[in-house]
Amino acid sequence: MLKYIGKRLVLAILTLWVVITVTFFLMHAIPGNPFAKEGTMPQGVYENLQRYYNLDKPLHVQYVMYLKALMRLDFGPSLKSSVITVNDYIKNGFPVSLHLGLQALAIALTFGLILGVIAALNHNKWPDYVSMIVAIVGISVPSFILATVLINFVAVEWKLLPVATWKTWKHTVLPSISLAMMPTAYIARLMRSSMLEVLGQDYIKTAKAKGLSQSVIVIKHAIRNAILPVVTVMGIVTANLVTGSFVIERIFGIPGMGEMFVKGIFNRDYPVILGSAVFYSGILIFLIFIVDISYSFIDPRIKLTGGGK
Amino acid sequence: MKKRLLASLLGAVMLLSVGMTGCGQKATENTGTAQQTAEQTAATPKILRLNNQSEPGSLHPGKAQGTHDSWLIEHVMEGLTKKSPEGKVVEGMATAWTVSEDGTVYTFTLRDGVKWSNGDPMVAKDFEIAWKYLLNPKTASEYAYQCYYLANGEAFNASTETDDAKLKELEDAVGVKALDEKTLEVRLEAPTPYFLELLSFYTYYPVNHKVQEANPDWANDASTYVSNGPFIFTEWKHKESMKIVKNEEYYDKDKVKLNEIHFAMIEDENTAWQMYRNDELDMAYPLPQDVTAQLSAQKDPEFVIGAELATYFYRFNTTKKPFNNVNVRRALSMTIDRKTIVESVAQGGQTPAYTLTPYGIADVSGDFTQNTGELFKYDPTEAQKLLAQGLQEEGMDKMPNFVILYNTSEGHKKIAEAIQEMWRKDLGIQVTLENVEFQIKLDREDKLDFEVARSGWVGDYVDPMTFLDMFESTSQQNDTGWVNAEYDALIRAAKANLDLASRSQQLHDAEKILMSEMPIAPIYFYTAPYTLKPYVKDSYKPINRYTQFQYADIVK
Amino acid sequence: MDPKIKLSPELFQPYYDNDKDAEKISRPSISYWVDAWRRLKQNKLAMIGLVIIAILLILAIIGPYLNGFTYYEQDFSKKNLPPNMEHWFGTDSAGRDLFTRAWYGARISLFIGIMAATFDFIMGIIYGGFSGLKGGRIDTFMMRVAEILYSVPYLLMVILLMVVFGAGLWTMILAMTITGWIPMARLVRGQVLQLKEQEYVQAAHTMGAGSWWILKKHLIPNTMGPILVNITLTVPTAIFAEATLSFLGLGIPAPMASWGTMTSDALAAFLIGNVYQLFIPAFLISLTMFGFNVLGDGLRDALDPRLRK
Repeated sequence: MLKYIGKRLVLAILTLWVVITVTFFLMHAIPGNPFAKEGTMPQGVYENLQRYYNLDKPLHVQYVMYLKALMRLDFGPSLKSSVITVNDYIKNGFPVSLHLGLQALAIALTFGLILGVIAALNHNKWPDYVSMIVAIVGISVPSFILATVLINFVAVEWKLLPVATWKTWKHTVLPSISLAMMPTAYIARLMRSSMLEVLGQDYIKTAKAKGLSQSVIVIKHAIRNAILPVVTVMGIVTANLVTGSFVIERIFGIPGMGEMFVKGIFNRDYPVILGSAVFYSGILIFLIFIVDISYSFIDPRIKLTGGGK
Repeated sequence: MKKRLLASLLGAVMLLSVGMTGCGQKATENTGTAQQTAEQTAATPKILRLNNQSEPGSLHPGKAQGTHDSWLIEHVMEGLTKKSPEGKVVEGMATAWTVSEDGTVYTFTLRDGVKWSNGDPMVAKDFEIAWKYLLNPKTASEYAYQCYYLANGEAFNASTETDDAKLKELEDAVGVKALDEKTLEVRLEAPTPYFLELLSFYTYYPVNHKVQEANPDWANDASTYVSNGPFIFTEWKHKESMKIVKNEEYYDKDKVKLNEIHFAMIEDENTAWQMYRNDELDMAYPLPQDVTAQLSAQKDPEFVIGAELATYFYRFNTTKKPFNNVNVRRALSMTIDRKTIVESVAQGGQTPAYTLTPYGIADVSGDFTQNTGELFKYDPTEAQKLLAQGLQEEGMDKMPNFVILYNTSEGHKKIAEAIQEMWRKDLGIQVTLENVEFQIKLDREDKLDFEVARSGWVGDYVDPMTFLDMFESTSQQNDTGWVNAEYDALIRAAKANLDLASRSQQLHDAEKILMSEMPIAPIYFYTAPYTLKPYVKDSYKPINRYTQFQYADIVK
Repeated sequence: MDPKIKLSPELFQPYYDNDKDAEKISRPSISYWVDAWRRLKQNKLAMIGLVIIAILLILAIIGPYLNGFTYYEQDFSKKNLPPNMEHWFGTDSAGRDLFTRAWYGARISLFIGIMAATFDFIMGIIYGGFSGLKGGRIDTFMMRVAEILYSVPYLLMVILLMVVFGAGLWTMILAMTITGWIPMARLVRGQVLQLKEQEYVQAAHTMGAGSWWILKKHLIPNTMGPILVNITLTVPTAIFAEATLSFLGLGIPAPMASWGTMTSDALAAFLIGNVYQLFIPAFLISLTMFGFNVLGDGLRDALDPRLRK
């Protein structure tokens, strides 16, 4: 196991390096320029800015400089702010996005799993249909619409919660729900279908025949065997949730890190693009690693290390 | 059995949600109590709640660029001159000035007894250091060109000199000098009729030279921020909020009625509007387009149409056939029903534009654009003839399909769709719309890789020149491929002209050429529609700034 | 066997004539798919789903011609009208007929949704199935490649695609599938990792079945549940992704409409009380999702060999 973890760590660094390299050259390949704007910018001003941020150097020199700085965990300055660096962006934004993301994740997992299990146990009966309707609404109504509708009714019309900003726990309710809707529906559907698959297996029938109680069968045998697809998708879903949603953070005025991924690119803010890519990649690699490891705990038969045969 | 299962699952839910709210409270405890105390004392102090939209890139007057940076700075700093609510240039930090006969040397006498917020007296050197810092190529200020009016300003800023001694020489040559503690001498590159107006702009604000020399990063944190204006900057939560409080040392403090101004940072227009409705903000700007239309139609008492110094226009690429033909360009422009666009599409009280320079700029007498009048008309019948004539001149029998390029935005899309329909109905032309990301649009305009492109321009200063010199053939902003020697000559002459009357005539003549050649089709003059709570009194909206609240009051 | 025992063919003649038919199949052989279709037809809900989808498709084809309006003609004297006899779905802020626009939008949105789902399905199954089945180094390598692709900022890739290929329907579908298949591939791979250790797969291996055979005959049918859930989820995601890509100029050019852009454009209209402008496209998307989901559920039940009756 330790050897496996070590191997994955080496691979992780390699993966990160490839991500940085690809992103670096990709972002310089697309048209645009961080200092472009409607109107004039005298050549002198433009060149000063290029020099100031070392953008006048050849690309490969900039690339090496970036990698060297990254070794010291320095993500560089933001070209759009002389106040906060990319490190600050992450340091200030990530805890907020993480908080919101975890809350949404808790909602999604709880309700998703419950809805899914109940639906499967009542296959083609009304709880199944209710769960499906909830899931369909969750899938078909994207977060930005749900957020807008929730703000309009819950906050403005009924005055139950504040509209936006990030202050007390009350401010976190609407964004968490908006963010959780889609994964809730996804998990519910996935869990239902996977549970149905498992409930038809012979060992469940055997367990029933042996007179085990329904709850023992469901919890010990069915859920454990059915949860694998949910665990699989949780890797990517969690990575996306905890690194912040641009749309939700924008609508609710939340100072998370979601905007880095979008505004960085629209502003051609090169260090922000790279910083967000590296950070996201790190989180994703870590979570996927956790998912892979957890496979062996959920189903000890799964072998990751050896050849499959 | 099923019941037991449900019960255990529910138990899990409750555990999870308790843990959740628990950690939610913990994480926000501090800000929560701070909020409460603020709310408790809110009964007495007058607190105005504004929305700055996004995080400022810098609050240093020398590095600030754009309204997200400048709105707060304008409330905490003051330059040599300032703009009165009536739009006049009045004394600010300078109480008197003289101008040399050739219009290039200004001598300012500073106000007595002005103190910085850290207690230091304000001296003439604060201006000298501020402007030289701004122009220093190592500062890499994006707005440095605003100080190119100073003698040798551009030479210093554009220098690639690496030798410190030589750079210092260039710096010393810049036309700003503190003659003594209270006297500042400013030499200009060329006479500039609107220089006093420019001085009220934030680029020309002073900085405390002692603080600047001791800690160049002083503007990065509220605790080290030093200012000289009606308010003091006290709190900056990045990407969340900013707070300024009244400066009790300000020379005009009796006129300042507000105790605090809070700036939120809500980028989404819909959300800001909902917060305004929910009494979480006192002002909403900018408004969603549909909301503007509704408020305007209902004549809502809280709805204000603020003046703006900006023009919305379409560029023609005059290097591409058949847009090289003036008759074709005129025909297209004359088929745009600007009245319908303003009243049914944009719906924010904009004015249809039949010339480039917007209203609100003083001429020798009266308003510059009033004096210009409308330089062409909406006339589809005439346009059909012009189009036929133009196409014949180009040896084409029918107008080819072409593309309108615009940067993605709901508003630009609606206008492009309306114009597409007008051209289709009245001229029988098939037009395709293409929206791209802003950066790509700029790139393609720069390379003249378009046929017709949507554009807009906000005046840098209150003078027709900021609009008209865009279309000099040498201008980087031309982006139409249009070259006209007569136009260039008029603009050049006006730039060096000291006589206001003949200068104005030259600008009027230039504008006539521009509108008869029509390399651009002006569409409308922007406005700044916003909503303001009725209890906020005495704010004012300068033509080229955001609404100002220095002397505002809250009367509930 | 003792070679001394003499065996002659006569010894193997059936004793009774009747026994001749014992190994004959009396009814025509019903293949897996025919049987699945037969069982699908018995599922009422699934049939409702099928009918809904069929109606939506038919209306997408003929809907734009039903009431004599075009999707582009503006009439500012009739803007923002709620649904009425003349304009069945009302009009938008430029006075255009929403019924015509909605069905025009259906063509684009349904096409994109179905294409994206198909590509994700094919790519996901091949890549994920192969990776999971081979396991070991190949699996590690393939999953790291997927991680890299998923970590490189998506918007960057899309902008580059647009610069290289220009805007257009196929560029858009390419942009959607370029990373869209990854969650599907990970899901399939996770399921395959689990299933390939099951006894029946190992039995197939022992009997000399090839990898593709096992994947096709054993693994994919048994993981169809989660796959179908994922496919049905891809459709709305693609419909809204189109709206997002429209922002980059990659979508269909205005004034053409799609459900995604109609929904996002109607957000401000919702704020001023023109709820129908938001409701209509959102409802059509939900209806599509309902159709696909119940059909998907029915398919899952029909394809599950254990539920065979």
